[in-house]
Amino acid sequence: MRRTIIPATISFGPDIRPNAWDLVALPLVLAVVWLLSFGGGQMSTPYNLGDALPMSLDPSHLPYYLLRSFLRMAVGLVCSLLFTLVYATLAAKNKYAEKILIPILDVLQSIPILGFLSITVTGFIALFPGNLLGVECAAIFAIFTSQAWNMTFSLYQSLRTIPHDLEEAAEMFHLSPWQRFWRLELPFASPPLIWNMMMSVSGGWFFVVASEAITVSGQSIMLPGIGSYIALAINDKDIYAIGWAILAMLGGILAYDQLFFRPLIAWADKFKFETTPGEEIPTSFLLDVMQRTRLLRFLASAPAFLWEVSLPLFRRRHDGLGRPAMRRVNIPWFDKVWNIFLALVAAYALIKVGEFVKTEVGMDEVIHVFLLSLATATRVIVLIAIASVIWVPIGVWIGLRPRVAQTVQPIAQFLAAFPANLMFPVAVLLILHFNASVEIWTSPLMILGTQWYILFNVIAGASAIPTDLKDAAGNFGLKGWLKWKRLILPAIFPSYVTGAITASGGSWNASIVSELVSWGDTTLVATGVGAYIAQATAAGDFPRIALGICMMCIFVMLFNRQLWRRLYRLAEERWRID
Amino acid sequence: MTNTADLLINLTGVRKAFRTPDRSERLVLEGVNFQLAEGEIVALLGKSGSGKSTLLRIIAGLIKPNGGSVLYRDKTISGPVNGISMVFQSFALFPWLTVKQNVELGLEALAVPAKERDERSTKVIDLIGLGGFESAYPRELSGGMRQRVGFARALVMSPDVLLMDEPFSALDVLTAETLRGDLLELWLERQIPTKGILFVSHNIEEAVTMADRVLIFSSDPGRVKAEIPVNLPHPRDTESPAFKAIVDEVYAIMTQQPQRAAGTAAEPLSLGYRLPEAAPHKITGMLENLLDPQFDGKADLPQLAEQLELPDDTLFQLLEASRLLGFIHVEQGDVHLLPAGRAFAEAETAERKKIFAEHLLHHISLASHIRRILDERRDHRAPENRFLQELEDYLTDDEAERVLDQVINWGRYAEIFEYDYNSGVLSLPEADEETDGAAPPPSESAAAQ
Repeated sequence: MRRTIIPATISFGPDIRPNAWDLVALPLVLAVVWLLSFGGGQMSTPYNLGDALPMSLDPSHLPYYLLRSFLRMAVGLVCSLLFTLVYATLAAKNKYAEKILIPILDVLQSIPILGFLSITVTGFIALFPGNLLGVECAAIFAIFTSQAWNMTFSLYQSLRTIPHDLEEAAEMFHLSPWQRFWRLELPFASPPLIWNMMMSVSGGWFFVVASEAITVSGQSIMLPGIGSYIALAINDKDIYAIGWAILAMLGGILAYDQLFFRPLIAWADKFKFETTPGEEIPTSFLLDVMQRTRLLRFLASAPAFLWEVSLPLFRRRHDGLGRPAMRRVNIPWFDKVWNIFLALVAAYALIKVGEFVKTEVGMDEVIHVFLLSLATATRVIVLIAIASVIWVPIGVWIGLRPRVAQTVQPIAQFLAAFPANLMFPVAVLLILHFNASVEIWTSPLMILGTQWYILFNVIAGASAIPTDLKDAAGNFGLKGWLKWKRLILPAIFPSYVTGAITASGGSWNASIVSELVSWGDTTLVATGVGAYIAQATAAGDFPRIALGICMMCIFVMLFNRQLWRRLYRLAEERWRID
Repeated sequence: MTNTADLLINLTGVRKAFRTPDRSERLVLEGVNFQLAEGEIVALLGKSGSGKSTLLRIIAGLIKPNGGSVLYRDKTISGPVNGISMVFQSFALFPWLTVKQNVELGLEALAVPAKERDERSTKVIDLIGLGGFESAYPRELSGGMRQRVGFARALVMSPDVLLMDEPFSALDVLTAETLRGDLLELWLERQIPTKGILFVSHNIEEAVTMADRVLIFSSDPGRVKAEIPVNLPHPRDTESPAFKAIVDEVYAIMTQQPQRAAGTAAEPLSLGYRLPEAAPHKITGMLENLLDPQFDGKADLPQLAEQLELPDDTLFQLLEASRLLGFIHVEQGDVHLLPAGRAFAEAETAERKKIFAEHLLHHISLASHIRRILDERRDHRAPENRFLQELEDYLTDDEAERVLDQVINWGRYAEIFEYDYNSGVLSLPEADEETDGAAPPPSESAAAQ
């Protein structure tokens, strides 16, 4: 078994002379550093609302725009990671915090991402008057909201499920909370966390594109970036520019994957708590290069040095002898007080919301938005069903053929990451050309980007069907429908549910940009809560934005609770292949 | 022994109860007195669930007792102590750290400088036979090698007291024997600074091979039932009569009935009795073995253990299940096949099930209770949660679930009731419902599939 792994702490080896791999790595590192500082500098240029930001459809500007979009993504990811570390740790360690933080997180993840943008953008602009940083922050915040929640849930889950014997060992060997976090908790949580980061980034491209060109109170702002480039192209009806943008995005996503995630995943493989035999060990060319590079190894010894310095600072002072250490006081009535407090806050908020709805929009509007949400819900359900009927058989066909799966799987994952909103103009052109029904034919846009989650999860599920089960099915002559009923469908069910949950959530989010699409001065509007929110945002009508978002949020939560969570539990308990 | 200066560990009147939020507490340990003196190895034996591991963790400072005093060198233990180290049954290694990093874990926590850490860990790694594997990850090692890392990690702390929680039970027989031998050698030749070892074991022979004293725990609540000194010189010959006599004695004590005069009818079990884990087919296998000419219905326990090639704790569970069901009688470390047991072992499958059903309903009150409820109900169905809640009055949640699973397993074998996994519903077998006559037809007992 070949393993190339960066040791978690590296001893100070005497040999730090450059070797051949340094020649490859050094320019790479320098280039990244330069790009980061250049792009960062561009973020905080003076700007006043109403100023036109120079944007050009010249393809030669695309690399620069791509860099700006990348940077937003990177900043969003770093923020999400920091948020995750703090929020999830707090929720996992403090039971009072947990009681409120986890439900909040549950609500947050049901709020449409672009809704966050609609609500916060004016605030952010006011925060940095006369500077572009405000708009930049709003866009980054939207990206952050598309990434943070699932990462936080992932870390929280991991922290709650640390194997008991490892916890005992940590306790027994006097690990300080500091050492425990770096030596036990974070490593244990890493593989699912990194996987979720990758999913987040994959979903995040959509929102990078959607959040760069914002219309605030009738003023449209375009941040330099690939999303604005597209918006401009749509405005100018420039089909070639859209083609260029799609190409640039393709290259960009590939680079992100190769330069960032593949090395990360290959490296994080060692943190896997248990390995399933026969599982492919992820590899990365870049990681290999980096691990053979003396310079980078030398750089990596800095964290090792800091680790050594930190140990005495954070060490546990108390040896469990004599007088007991500070014992956590457990006051029985405090639980009750805390619960009552939370209930009161919730009741107060409910009353306030009720008043707000009554005075600002009125009950008729609420019913109207409810009906609009029903329309969108119908679209989501129908589309998921259609996508399932199409992709499940195809995914199974591919998954059962390892050769094909190896080629198709990366493509499917790539398609899932590709921001589908880049393709919207094409769809609009087609609808206009064939004079097709807007209500029906804008709907597929909702699932354009998210259907791939169904495909690649089904492929993964079908490839993972144990060979002995397939052999047994063959041996007993299972064929046709019987084989599907007894073997294939039960075996792929858990992964299908995972894919469908992601696809469904993504479709709700996408409805805000897909129920209202435009080409030049033509705007197509379908009936639905997504279009309602989009229109309210364009008009700067805050109460209606809030109403639309709340309603969608409630629908998403009901969906999650009533349907997906149950299916998920069923899949976990009944159809898991151990 | 009265000189407390020599005592490494001194427990008096230790009591531990686990409490579930809204229920009465369950007593795990009560009135436990125990001393570990310098220079001795002590083994703890007992049925699973007798609180041995809990006691070990109280000494380790991982669990706080509810009463009594726990002293290490005359000072109260209130948390993990530097002079006490532990080896875990599951090894509990950090899979993302190399062997060396795992071994240095505790030294890092004490902020020992890198250079000294390196020296100490290298020394212990060589001593324990891991030299050359410093940079390996645990997943690259076999079970035996992993547990060596577990030992190295504990020993590098130069502990006064080494606690071991069934350190060899996750290893195969040969590996366990080698590792045991190596540890004993280090101890006897004073190559490790450790002054006392306390270990929990499931294996009677292992305990008698290693320990200077064997403590036997009784369960519900756990307390020290007997203490057997082993005054044989090392290395011990497991075939010697003196060794065998001690093993026999331990078996006899472990299967002794608590304070119930032989001959009196066994009192009915409470609903919450912690039923042993024993598959019907294993019970059958053991009883069939007792029919063998070499035993002819009566067997010495060590011999039976050897014949069945079962770990001691599995054997004890089988014995208890068979005894509860009225198939055997255990006395003085001997097992006697009762007439019912003989009939059961000699019968064909269908007849066997009938006998099993009779005995199950007659002797195991939980089984008869479930059957009665199902008989009484109009649709002859009841959700498992109903019974779980009843059991949770006596047992912890996990135990309640385990006990119910066990009785469902037996009930299914005896065909006295059925269980649907998807809905979690217990019901009468269809055949029984028809003979019942008065009851309406089952609503949809085979709804799934």
